[in-house]
Amino acid sequence: MAEITNSLLLATDMVTAGDSRLAAIVALSLAVSFSATLISCLLGMPLGALLAVGRFPGRRVLVVIFNGLMGLPPVVVGLLVYLLLSRAGPLGQFGLLFTPTAMVIAQTVLITPIVAALTRQVIEDEWREYREQLRSLGASRTRAARTLLWNARFSLFTAALAGFGRAIAEVGAVMIVGGNIDGVTRVMTTTIALETSKGDLPLALALGVILITVVLAINAAAYALRQWAENRWG
Amino acid sequence: MTSTHWLELQGLDLRENGVQIIANATLKVGAGRTAILGPNGAGKSSLLRLMHGLLKPTGGRLIWPQTMTQSMVFQRPVMLRATVLANVDYGLALRGIPAAERREKAIAALHRVGLPELADRPARRLSGGEQQRVALARAWALEPQLLFLDEPTASLDPASSREVERIIGEMAATGTRIVMTTHNLGQARRIAEEVIFLDGGRVLEQTPVEEFFRRPQTTAAQAFLQEEAP
Repeated sequence: MAEITNSLLLATDMVTAGDSRLAAIVALSLAVSFSATLISCLLGMPLGALLAVGRFPGRRVLVVIFNGLMGLPPVVVGLLVYLLLSRAGPLGQFGLLFTPTAMVIAQTVLITPIVAALTRQVIEDEWREYREQLRSLGASRTRAARTLLWNARFSLFTAALAGFGRAIAEVGAVMIVGGNIDGVTRVMTTTIALETSKGDLPLALALGVILITVVLAINAAAYALRQWAENRWG
Repeated sequence: MTSTHWLELQGLDLRENGVQIIANATLKVGAGRTAILGPNGAGKSSLLRLMHGLLKPTGGRLIWPQTMTQSMVFQRPVMLRATVLANVDYGLALRGIPAAERREKAIAALHRVGLPELADRPARRLSGGEQQRVALARAWALEPQLLFLDEPTASLDPASSREVERIIGEMAATGTRIVMTTHNLGQARRIAEEVIFLDGGRVLEQTPVEEFFRRPQTTAAQAFLQEEAP
């Protein structure tokens, strides 16, 4: 018990003192997961909207696949991206393995299905409500998809945050493709795993506290935005 | 009755999941203002949607002697999460009208429905009556030759209903042809020239409005008028 209290005190000191090592790890975590979320939204949201609004062969199959991929195990994604990026792999020539870029790729693969599947659900509900009106006004299906993406922007922000939450909290994928190299590819989750196994609890705990705070703050922001949007736009 | 029609239905059929919604509808529509009447489940809304092209007939065909620009206003107005002006603008944008011209047309349309002061308000926060008038402005801005209305006042209070009727009347006066479904017989009498009476998916009567209310030809129409009359 004393050790935990001690570690917590040390952790608080590190956070309040603005420990530079700690700051670098937190910054890299946020940068990698934010980039992955951005790319996932650019890919997953149009895809999800077309799955909701479109009519093409294989649509149902794709819907089931994307729903299934929401639960992809991070270590499996890490392994697959590792194989792609390793020297012998198809993308080996770019030398991306064990770089932050590789981590962004892995997290993008991990959360794009989440963003796409959540977007599809949101846009499908919108489509039910707006379908006749949009068709009556002469909107094509792709135009309708674009309109509804904008129309559902506040709900979709929640989908993006769900992706970010998953990315920032996962450890398996970034560990495998990043390699947890000190000062280069070490992020919050991989540091926690490493330091805990080494017995250096203060750093692990400090990062744990920051990680939880980040996730809570993001969810609070999402909730506040939804409330505001509902009041403002109905 | 009418020598020049603008729409002809030939044996129009609509089946959904094995249920016959519209059966062998054959008629010519030529009136400036037509009301589709009939009891619940008669197929009024479906007939309107078939005419507008929102539903595809499972049999028969529609013949348009010349193509007409169309708009439709629904029972429940559907507004985008945007300002009132942006909602009216959206329909114009879909027609490929340049932005500068759109703004002018949209504001003019809001004036005609009496809501210019609400232009910058979020459309979904307005009352039902105001939203329906925005829907009418959105339709009117497109200057359609033909306007379909599906129970446009069914969920509105009397004051809003009167306002909606006034707008429909003005659109008709500028030459827009009107086809509407309604449960409100007084409204049908005030607006329509001709009545299409449906029962069980079949077109039973197509008569001038006064004649329909004075001497309905079929027993189904007589029963309908007796039941609906106040």
